[in-house]
Amino acid sequence: MIRRLSLCVTGMLAAAGARADWAINMPRGVSELSAETYELHMIVFYWCVGIAVVVFGAMLVTIVRHRKSRGVTPAKFSHSMPAEITWTIIPIIILLIMAVPAAETLIRIEDSREPDLTVVVTGYQWKWHYTYQGEDVAFYSSLARASSEARHRGSGIDPASVENYLLDVDKPLVVPKGAKVRLLLTSNDVIHAWWVPELSIKKDAIPGFMNETWFQADVAGVFRGQCAELCGVDHAYMPVVVEVVEPDAFEAFLDSEREPAPAAITDGSAR
Amino acid sequence: MSTAVADVEAHGHHGPEKGIRRWLFATNHKDIGTMYLLFSLVMLFVGGAMAMVIRSELMMPGLQFVDPGFFNQMTTMHALVMIFGAIMPAFVGLANWMIPLMVGAPDMALPRMNNLSFWILPAAFTILLSTLFMPGGAPAGGWTMYPPLVLQTGDAFPYLIFSIHLMGLSSIMGAINIIVTIINMRAPDMDLIKMPMFVWSWLITAYLLIAVMPVLAGAVTMLLTDQFFGTSFFLAAGGGDPVMFQHIFWFFGHPEVYIMILPAFGVVSEVIPTFARKPLFGHDSMVYAISAIAFLSFIVWAHHMFTVGMPLTGQLFFMFSTMLIAVPTGVKIFNWTATMWRGAMTFETPMLFALAFLFLFTIGGFSGVMVAIVPADIQYHDSYFVVAHFHYVLVPGALFGILAAVYYWLPKWTGRMYNEKLGQIHFWLTAIFVNVTFFPMHFLGLAGMPRRIPDYATQFTDWNFMASIGAYGFGVSQLLFVYVVVSCMRGRGEPATAEVWDHPKGLEWTVPSPAPFHTFEEPPRIGAAQTFS
Repeated sequence: MIRRLSLCVTGMLAAAGARADWAINMPRGVSELSAETYELHMIVFYWCVGIAVVVFGAMLVTIVRHRKSRGVTPAKFSHSMPAEITWTIIPIIILLIMAVPAAETLIRIEDSREPDLTVVVTGYQWKWHYTYQGEDVAFYSSLARASSEARHRGSGIDPASVENYLLDVDKPLVVPKGAKVRLLLTSNDVIHAWWVPELSIKKDAIPGFMNETWFQADVAGVFRGQCAELCGVDHAYMPVVVEVVEPDAFEAFLDSEREPAPAAITDGSAR
Repeated sequence: MSTAVADVEAHGHHGPEKGIRRWLFATNHKDIGTMYLLFSLVMLFVGGAMAMVIRSELMMPGLQFVDPGFFNQMTTMHALVMIFGAIMPAFVGLANWMIPLMVGAPDMALPRMNNLSFWILPAAFTILLSTLFMPGGAPAGGWTMYPPLVLQTGDAFPYLIFSIHLMGLSSIMGAINIIVTIINMRAPDMDLIKMPMFVWSWLITAYLLIAVMPVLAGAVTMLLTDQFFGTSFFLAAGGGDPVMFQHIFWFFGHPEVYIMILPAFGVVSEVIPTFARKPLFGHDSMVYAISAIAFLSFIVWAHHMFTVGMPLTGQLFFMFSTMLIAVPTGVKIFNWTATMWRGAMTFETPMLFALAFLFLFTIGGFSGVMVAIVPADIQYHDSYFVVAHFHYVLVPGALFGILAAVYYWLPKWTGRMYNEKLGQIHFWLTAIFVNVTFFPMHFLGLAGMPRRIPDYATQFTDWNFMASIGAYGFGVSQLLFVYVVVSCMRGRGEPATAEVWDHPKGLEWTVPSPAPFHTFEEPPRIGAAQTFS
């Protein structure tokens, strides 16, 4: 029965693999800090692998060698002060080695001084609102129509046929490449969290609070993420899309946003 | 199932009551322990059924079976049922059954309160589960109940709060009972430090329970008054602070995590020496390690909140204190390995589960170190990586500890050996499927899939499909466990000897199998055979 089951599972996995992605690791991202975070993640991961090899190795050796079926007589020891001191001290040293770069990166992450651009991000159930400070530009960003139509039960639309299913919005946040963009996050109703893996940013948007974070994208492109804090029924349907463009294109974007209507009116009509 | 009437009569004592009265008015620690264990088994399947709904919906992108609202109810209820209904009562059941037998006490110190603390639970879970049928559905804001979202719960809201209060009451009474029993009713020559590790782990767990369950009660009471009595503890519009709830909740929540794992440490510390035929390595330092973990659990709570916007110094403090937990936990892992080293091991089902615990809990520990690193945790937080991490410590950690304990002591409870072959098949199926289910979740989280979503972008399809297959396999495998346990309870299988295993240490093996209804009416003397350190 087990063999049949395993065959069955392999078959289904093969079928699923036909449209494979199988991504297994954190993206390196497109900013200095995201790359640093990725490196930190990998350093800690490799330490864990190293420790695993030693610890699991010892366990496997003892499981193979010290078994009754090999006719061994059990030893009687139950204490060893030197051994216990050793395996208390060594982990402390390893942790210190990990803690130093982690603290350094964290200090850089928290340094949001002297931004080139500040955007106020407001979470709503279930969309985002962006206000470019001092630019008279503000708009909502909601799930794109194609995803919105396909997402309902019995919609008859195969999610695989929708481009960037659940990760696309009607109006992305547009920012200039190479600029230090400071985000001020808050919420209109419940707690949300603004997450873009490629930018290595995740920060809660909390009603009554103003949270601060920043990023500096070194590569132009479109980067996608999602709300990361459970915020109600449509929590899965408020993606975050950031479009990083060349500075000229960004200026053009701001101009086009300013012209048609003042921010206040855009606000009212979009709701 | 747990009694030998003939033996009881020989002592000239009354046996158990007949019929339903035996269970309704139970004051015997073995009967109450049995009820706790059976209750938790039922809850394991209730919570498991909810997990099946979750995994079915997540098998493919798009919505196939349920709507997002119901999906959120399932994730919320799955967590509440598994934590408060399955894992915690199972350990309390083990404590009820085994602590008096291990310390040589005739019963728990407060038998009537024991009855009450059990019977509150079915009431609490009837209330909680009934919310599934209420207007607005069951709570859907996550088991963490963060405001303001939880305040959007429908009619279920006060029932949620009240059932949490009841569960807390039950836990606190159970904990008081365990502490009083351990402190006052040990066999005369059993020093505290010489107590078996399972008893030690429960003593510390019980103190944790008493310390933090009132904190949870306070937090949910403030939610209740915010909702119904016009207070604004957590509402920014009234001058309150939604983040304060998170601080209070996790001040309960992190010790709670150790409440669910420390007794499993105790079980593994009993099982491994028996099957390695060698005393536990570093008994005393194991006690100190558990104590250190318990202490640290009170100063790490904000590591659940690295994205809420804390001051830099706060984040650094909680990062360092969290990393420190790896030290005493590492000591425990190394000591267990040293216990096996140069032993003479056999691999019966309890030992297999204990070994799987050792390997897989350690994997959960590794991802635990990773999530302590704040910059990286900003990426891991609220992603499937975290889901993988806590399921690795709760399923192959806490649950495997419970399964090891059940196989280890089942012959003592029922007087019958379980079917070893079926037990081993159950082990292998469980151990394989638990990894098929939860290992891919690491990948999903790193690739950017948030937790608590009913539908996902198509690049997450493959690993989700695999996790769902694993979950089905895991769920079905547990039916085998029920069969094995029920067979023993119904008196099938070889009769078990008093020792059951190959010269295990501990007072519980000095009484016959099944353990008579009343044991240790005379305090036992602890012979050389039962010394632990």
